[in-house]
Amino acid sequence: MTDKDWLPTTPRKSATFDDYALSEIRRAAATGIYDIRGGGSKRRLPNFDDLLLLGASMTRYPLEGYREKCGTEVTLGTRFAKKPLQLAIPITIAGMSFGSLSAQAKEALGRGASLAGTSTTTGDGGMTPEERGQSKHLVYQYLPSRYGMNPDDLRRADAIEIVIGQGAKPGGGGMLLGQKISDRVAEMRNLPKGIDQRSACRHPDWTGADDLEIKIHELREITNWEKPIYLKVGASRPYYDTALAVKSGADVVVLDGMQGGTAATQEVFIEHVGIPLLAAIRPAVQALQDLGMHRKVQLIVSGGIRNGADVAKALALGADAVAIGSAALAALGDNDPQFEAEYERLGTTAGAYDDWHEGKDPAGITTQTPELAARLDPVKAGRRLANYLKVMTLEAQTLARACGKSHLHNLEPEDLVALTIEAAAMARVPLAGTEWIPGQRF
Amino acid sequence: MPVVDLAKTSLRELNMALQQLGPTTNETDWTVLNPAGEHAIAAGVDAPVTITIAGPVGYYCGGMNKQATVLVEGSAGQGVGENMMSGLIHVKGDASQSAGATGRGGLLIVEGNASARCGISMKGIDIVVKGGIGHLSAFMGQSGRLVVFGEAGEALGDSLYEARLYVRGPVAGLGADCIEKEMRDEHRQELFELIKASGEAGTVDVSEFRRYGSARKLYNFNIDNVEAY
Repeated sequence: MTDKDWLPTTPRKSATFDDYALSEIRRAAATGIYDIRGGGSKRRLPNFDDLLLLGASMTRYPLEGYREKCGTEVTLGTRFAKKPLQLAIPITIAGMSFGSLSAQAKEALGRGASLAGTSTTTGDGGMTPEERGQSKHLVYQYLPSRYGMNPDDLRRADAIEIVIGQGAKPGGGGMLLGQKISDRVAEMRNLPKGIDQRSACRHPDWTGADDLEIKIHELREITNWEKPIYLKVGASRPYYDTALAVKSGADVVVLDGMQGGTAATQEVFIEHVGIPLLAAIRPAVQALQDLGMHRKVQLIVSGGIRNGADVAKALALGADAVAIGSAALAALGDNDPQFEAEYERLGTTAGAYDDWHEGKDPAGITTQTPELAARLDPVKAGRRLANYLKVMTLEAQTLARACGKSHLHNLEPEDLVALTIEAAAMARVPLAGTEWIPGQRF
Repeated sequence: MPVVDLAKTSLRELNMALQQLGPTTNETDWTVLNPAGEHAIAAGVDAPVTITIAGPVGYYCGGMNKQATVLVEGSAGQGVGENMMSGLIHVKGDASQSAGATGRGGLLIVEGNASARCGISMKGIDIVVKGGIGHLSAFMGQSGRLVVFGEAGEALGDSLYEARLYVRGPVAGLGADCIEKEMRDEHRQELFELIKASGEAGTVDVSEFRRYGSARKLYNFNIDNVEAY
């Protein structure tokens, strides 16, 4: 046997040190900064695709798609607020800040939400006139940073969302890099232009649920007990967080799974902290049920909602409504292939662009650069968002009717089965073809 | 002039009455009796009136105040004058933690001591504390002035932006990116005006104060400063 008789060993890349992991090591070594990016978790997580709806056949009676009504309206804030929010559809727009997004994008979100009969939400950075002017229902976020916070805007809002955390980074603060601190953003945030905006991970004037109860009391006193008070938490310990939110006096709990997006956060945080939305809903609903508050304190869930099937499944698990963020930006035109050449110049590709903090967004959405922001027509983009919201609603109605439901809220866990053991355990529904719900006693 | 007894009238009724006052109201002097540590007294007022509270108050007294003068004849709980926009809040006793948190304008005076996190995330408010303050005061202070006649606790001015701090007594420790700075004439003048506004002109010497502010090393991320993040 000669040397030539030996075939070389096929090169084998490490599953642990894959190309991405290696590129991250090289990038960290070269730049001395962890990777900061926008968006939500990119890795495969157990999600609503792992559940299936059980359409009606013999044991259930379906509804006719074009004749029999399937209600979609939802009322949020029925516990204490004098003026609960009445929305036509159970799909809302999640909080996204002016600063992170351009004023045009914020206006488009308001326009789209209003056309579809639902609410949009401010974000870290205060309320803009464009947003308030175009939003029929506007939820005002009350954040640890308190940028631009003032009682006039509080009273101009239709609901108040106290942000404890978000799904992309439960327990984390934020940093808006200086590139996006334009004159207007700087003025709204009381900051010098061009410096990094660090924001705290905790609220400055309360430390726990007992204090929060008093804080909510103050906000109600300032707003004449009219506005629903939402409490938004990043999904990590949903049973206990929901229970404490109820104890603190919330009208609405907003639960954001780890697929939820962010303007700019460390990659390691986005991918390694929190739990998927699929795993978070049932414990939260369980807490509400154990306290006798299910449907009395409404539950909005968010984090990776994409279509009407996701909506139907989230509601079937016990949520009252969903919120969308990343999907709404995609509807406006985020990551649109028409800008592919520009994405390539930025070292990425349409569908993967996530350096939102750099302010170079070719789609004009996650930027404060006037020339780029002007690319987004708020009217047209708003129309696209409205179309998308209506399609999602119609999809959810179609699925609900097939399950024999005359309202989206009549969907229930019994309408679901799981494709995987993991999803069955997380969503607490049976594995398809079995009666087995992992972890539950018979 | 209205006198509201919280032993007989609910907080809701009091706050509604105060919040409904217009800019030209003739009811400019209010007295609140028996506050008994109630929370959110005189929160959300937006009128040029004076509200004298005859005793100690709970959390968030004068929260988000605009225009009003709120006199607390006792001590105040957590978050007094939080997010104040304008006007004056004067606490005759001590204040608990987070006094003047995130305030964007106006003046907060504390005759006694303030606790931890005094002026946390301040964004334009002026605060004068005639006693001492606790740890992490002016954390992430963005703008405004904090004057302390007594001592300051650990981590003063941690992660400070452009708020200016004047402390007469000893400082237990400075927070990340907070340094002592030169007192120039404009600072002595600014400090004098604040002392005068607090009613102590002539009783406290500006030369006894030291000024603290941001070293501005954390203004843009640099891995070499990682220990400070």
